[in-house]
Amino acid sequence: MSRRRKYILGWLVIAVIVAAVYFQTLRDSVMRLARPARTEQQARREVVQPPIATPTDVKVKAILFWASKEVTTALDAVEVELPLSADPALRARQLISALISNPPSPEQRTLPADAALLQFYLLPDGTAVADFSDPLATATPSGILSEQMAVDSIVRTLEANVERVKRLKILIHGQEVETLAGHLDLTGFFTVRAEAPAEPAATPAKASTDKLTPSAPPGKLSR
Amino acid sequence: MVLDPAHGGSDAGARGSSGVIESDVVLTFARLLRAELERQGLRVILTRQGNDNPSFDDRAATANGQRNAVFVSLHVSSTGPVGTARAYSVPQTTTTETKPTTERPALLRWDEAQEPFAVRSRRLAELVQIQLAQKFRGSPEVPSESAVHQLKSIAAPAIAIEISSVSVPDRAPLDQMAQPLAEAVARGVAAFRSLNGMGAR
Repeated sequence: MSRRRKYILGWLVIAVIVAAVYFQTLRDSVMRLARPARTEQQARREVVQPPIATPTDVKVKAILFWASKEVTTALDAVEVELPLSADPALRARQLISALISNPPSPEQRTLPADAALLQFYLLPDGTAVADFSDPLATATPSGILSEQMAVDSIVRTLEANVERVKRLKILIHGQEVETLAGHLDLTGFFTVRAEAPAEPAATPAKASTDKLTPSAPPGKLSR
Repeated sequence: MVLDPAHGGSDAGARGSSGVIESDVVLTFARLLRAELERQGLRVILTRQGNDNPSFDDRAATANGQRNAVFVSLHVSSTGPVGTARAYSVPQTTTTETKPTTERPALLRWDEAQEPFAVRSRRLAELVQIQLAQKFRGSPEVPSESAVHQLKSIAAPAIAIEISSVSVPDRAPLDQMAQPLAEAVARGVAAFRSLNGMGAR
């Protein structure tokens, strides 16, 4: 092989290596640009609502409720393996966070991607208070159907996975608001289960009083 | 009969990407519905006449100032199958209502005024939903329950009707629903008044 041919071949090898590195970098950039909305939403949510891990977390098969794939006006129960805490309030936070961040597909989302659960309190009588960030109210599509499905997905998920929750109050940024997005009343409580299990030890009398509470199907507003 | 075109003024309600606005659509529907109901001899009052936005309480006060009223709130959704319609009544959380009477209980808490009427509201929703299912293919045959904020202070049988949806590319498909919707509501209300001995007005 002549010296000139070796020289050209050497340059060709260098050109191929440079091109390979360049195309890999270009490909990574394109992939990054292809999903800007998701990463932005994730980043915002992670700042407002860091992932919740507790020492009692155990992987269990939880039932979460998202919009049905087939019937867009109904909810479907979806089995998801999640690490869940033994503490009911923390468990509820983990479930609601999963409900917001992990819908099976974008079409099945019931809660806005930007929404975050800021706090979740569980009182001894089974009353739960969920405090959400503003996007729950500002980004839920306005309408009776969409607002009812948003609340039902939370209520039915809690009903299926957190035994102690009896009724739910929803706050937006720490405040009581009249409606979720113009229609659904948020001034009352949503019934999660008509009869919550008895309190462990301390308040047996309260548990028996609960049995006298008028029953209502899950997700219905009560005073 | 009190018709409530929801939203209005600075509150446009649901907005479609093509510019369809809920508050405009429901006002058009309410005017058509009024004409249809007046043909049946009913006296009809609208909670708003133009693009203004009375408060929830103002709208409730309009209804609660009438004797033997029936209240229908009109909405357009953001989601759901286009061309369908759903009637809603408030959930029946208590058993306070015992017998169907046209008489109003003596004293009611303002924000719980609907509770004694929940059973009658459900009956009204059922009768209207039957008509809606016949007019609009794909609509459910039974009504839904929802804690619609506007209904809770109404001391009369009260329902909300929501048609789907503002996501249409233009208003034409929604406008085509106006006349059948008016006929369906008029028939449902007439059946309800007849069953409850409420007479022509």
